[in-house]
Amino acid sequence: MTLALVLAGVLAVACVLAVAWPFLREPEPESDSLDELDEAERRRLELLEARDRALAALKELEFDHRTGTISDEDYRAQVGPLRREAASALRELERDEPAPSAESGQGRPVGGRT
Amino acid sequence: MPELGRAALVVTLGLALYALVAGAAAAHLGRRRLALSAQNALIAAFGSTLVAAVVLLTALVRHDFSFTYVARTTSEALPTGYTISAFWGGQEGSLLLWLLVLTAFGAAAIRLNRGWAKSLVVWVVPVFAAVTVFFSFLLVAVASPFATQVAPADGAGMTPSLQNPYMLAHPPLLYLGYVGLTVPFAFALGALLSGQLDERWLVATRRFTLFAWAALGIGQLLGAHWAYVEVGWGGYYAWDPVENAALMPWLAATAFLHSVMIQERRGMLRIWNVLLVILAFSLSLFGTFLTRSGVVNSIHSFTQSSIGAWFLAFIALSVAVSLALVFWRLPLLRSPTKLESPISREAAFLYNNLLLLALCLTILWGVVYPMLSEAVRGEAVVLGRSYYDFFLRIFGLPLLLLMGIGPLVAWRRASLRALLTTFRWPTAVALVTGAVLLALGAGSSVPGLVAYTFSAFVAATIVLEFARGTRARKALGASSWPGAFTSLIARNRRRYGGYVVHASIVLLAVGIAGSSAFDSVAEAKLERGQSMEIGDYTLLYRSLDERQVSNATEIRATLDVTRGDRDLGALEAGKNAYTIEQQVSNEVGIRSDRLTGEDLFVIAEQIDPDGTVYFRVFVKPLVNLIWVAGVVFLLGSVIALWPDAREQRRLVARAGEVGIPATR
Repeated sequence: MTLALVLAGVLAVACVLAVAWPFLREPEPESDSLDELDEAERRRLELLEARDRALAALKELEFDHRTGTISDEDYRAQVGPLRREAASALRELERDEPAPSAESGQGRPVGGRT
Repeated sequence: MPELGRAALVVTLGLALYALVAGAAAAHLGRRRLALSAQNALIAAFGSTLVAAVVLLTALVRHDFSFTYVARTTSEALPTGYTISAFWGGQEGSLLLWLLVLTAFGAAAIRLNRGWAKSLVVWVVPVFAAVTVFFSFLLVAVASPFATQVAPADGAGMTPSLQNPYMLAHPPLLYLGYVGLTVPFAFALGALLSGQLDERWLVATRRFTLFAWAALGIGQLLGAHWAYVEVGWGGYYAWDPVENAALMPWLAATAFLHSVMIQERRGMLRIWNVLLVILAFSLSLFGTFLTRSGVVNSIHSFTQSSIGAWFLAFIALSVAVSLALVFWRLPLLRSPTKLESPISREAAFLYNNLLLLALCLTILWGVVYPMLSEAVRGEAVVLGRSYYDFFLRIFGLPLLLLMGIGPLVAWRRASLRALLTTFRWPTAVALVTGAVLLALGAGSSVPGLVAYTFSAFVAATIVLEFARGTRARKALGASSWPGAFTSLIARNRRRYGGYVVHASIVLLAVGIAGSSAFDSVAEAKLERGQSMEIGDYTLLYRSLDERQVSNATEIRATLDVTRGDRDLGALEAGKNAYTIEQQVSNEVGIRSDRLTGEDLFVIAEQIDPDGTVYFRVFVKPLVNLIWVAGVVFLLGSVIALWPDAREQRRLVARAGEVGIPATR
């Protein structure tokens, strides 16, 4: 009984420590706000998904055409629209790309979140 | 140490409540440290639940009958393996296993996704925590496995039918499946709550969903094999409500796994996919409700308890909240693209979805009908086997055919002329197979013949896909044919793993058609020395023996089996009388023909004191293909589940392009 209670106490303390850990590790953080995607980032994510979707579809279409699963006729009917979709997503991504930063000389900052 | 078990569950409940409240507040207010704290609480809940599980397992292994649960489900004489399986053999223990799996999935899903899908995981935590609160509350307040009593000299023992090696794996696999469906549900609701309805929730849950679906599938097949060898009625699936309870979420998850490909490829069916995830999760809860509430009479269900009302309330709440969220987010869920043609791969997937859903809802109607009829008319009317068989043929056979058509149709739009060329060989194979089988007498069952013909069609398309793909890989520079084959699979594991799973469904269809549409049965009351015939088998009843094992008395009739002039050896069938449990079980005799997949299945229905035995004998053609299908299904699932480094790199790169830390 006593041992069980001691073990239960140890478990409870360990769990409280785990829960409190983010506050113990950073008692006074510079910022406590969540890094959520803003509207521009969400739009960019959607465009990237559209680009990857079109590119993956193109890749599969090419392979299916090579294997003979997709006929020449179906291939010709699909390859154009898919290329246009991929190109359109790429164009919009380029348009959305922020101007190069004066300090870094780089394009849009990548991986800047913590 | 029941106190430690109880305390650990209280800690789990406290952690889950904290994760719910703090997680919701953090997501709403945008507080980073509070969000991390809530995530840690959910991860720690796995640790505390694990402590509770270890306490119960220790009590079981030590035969500590001061635990009411241990005394009710085991006995001193019970072999150790079955003593461990008692963990999930009773109501409270199985709920604890559920909670353990749930918290493990929660911890894994958070750990794996809180880097690259951080802003989504913040919203997932309160949803996961809400489900955890429900189950931990049940274990703390309604059905504790840590209730104690004055220890009796021995326990009540385990139901004989559960004393089978399959019970070591079948229930845990089902729980992995049921509970695993919480992951896509929590992420879908998190996406709805946050409005982040991009592809991340699908990517984050893809492997969890596939794993849960595979576990549920394998678990059901193991359950079917358990029923076949242990329950002793001559079949493997009885359309029992509890069996159906596992089949329904599997069908909904199967539909989701197909329709999600349309969303990934074309950005379509977003509302449909969210609804399918909600349906699969709700059906897994409903299955648990059926097993535990006592509302249905089933060999698989636990005894009647007060737990059913809690489940019903939770199902109603989760469905209502989920649907309200879908309605709220309808503008964000609308698809930017539309179906371009009724002859396209996405259309084939859509037809597949409609058939799967129709089959699922038909089964659901069959399950709830007795309850509804009892509530309305005061008399429970059970829909029998013919109801389910009818709808299985109506929806299952077109589904089988679509499995062959879908992969060969082009996305967006396919021309009829191209289809005629593509399907030339599979159609020829199917027609020849059908004609040969008809000539061999398979026309005695039209659904069986159709199932075989469609199976031949699907098998031909799968072989064709692998052959063409391997040839293309070889032409693209693979050094050898085996190299081309492995490179084909490695470069698109989901697609070719999916084809292997399709091959397993073909085997399953052939096995089910063979063993149910073309089986034969014979019955006879034999004295020693007498014989009976079934098909070209002759069975001579030679002797009756009784022997004592640790927990039962075994009575076995020995039959000498011959087929034509060939001696096939002896077969034993009989009964086990379990001393402590005071129950008798049928122990069937099965002789499998490994070449043809046929089983000779003998039940000793009644054994008279004078040694006369009433035998029922079945011949089940191709039944073993069902179990082979399980192995192939597992193989296909592993291929599809195997991590794809190229895809991981692409996802990480995409996350980096938006500015999300490129870690997973």
